[in-house]
Amino acid sequence: MQVIGTVIAGIGTIFLFLGSLGVLRLPDVYNRLQAGTKCTTLGAFLTIIGVGIMQPCWLPKTLVIALFILITNPISNHALGRASRKSGVALCDKSVVDKAEEFEEYQGRK
Amino acid sequence: MSEIILLAIICLAILLCLSRMLKGPTAPDRAVAVDTIATITTALLVLLGSIFERYVYLDVALVYAVLTFIGSVAIARFLEKGI
Repeated sequence: MQVIGTVIAGIGTIFLFLGSLGVLRLPDVYNRLQAGTKCTTLGAFLTIIGVGIMQPCWLPKTLVIALFILITNPISNHALGRASRKSGVALCDKSVVDKAEEFEEYQGRK
Repeated sequence: MSEIILLAIICLAILLCLSRMLKGPTAPDRAVAVDTIATITTALLVLLGSIFERYVYLDVALVYAVLTFIGSVAIARFLEKGI
């Protein structure tokens, strides 16, 4: 039980580290947002579940915390991405497609 | 012993996010870095509870998760259209 929990928590910790490395290294707000939300959600989920498996009598409460993170973290990051789009942060130079601008043009034409 | 190694990796991740928060060119960059740090800190609190054998740390982590969710949504609202 101890070994399984430690391995799962270790995988989650590596995901957390890779997510924050993406936040540091990627060129754009939106790319950073993607790294920061996906890797961090999975990493925190796996770390908390791993601690719950390490100490089996803590399992219900860790499950509650993990489910709460799994629900609320994408919502808050979606709100941040929408806000940075509305406040006019430009995409980086290497971007090839901008669906939001195409949608605004389409709505203006209609 | 293995939990100490996990703790060290998580602290390194927080330091990387902190450097992005200090460096970030625009305000949404800093907001994204702060939100990432908040989620990592929730996992860190649960791991600290496992190291110190204290059940109370889980309550602290739950309340911290709720408060950072509300804070992130409030910051996004402020960036979008002001208060």
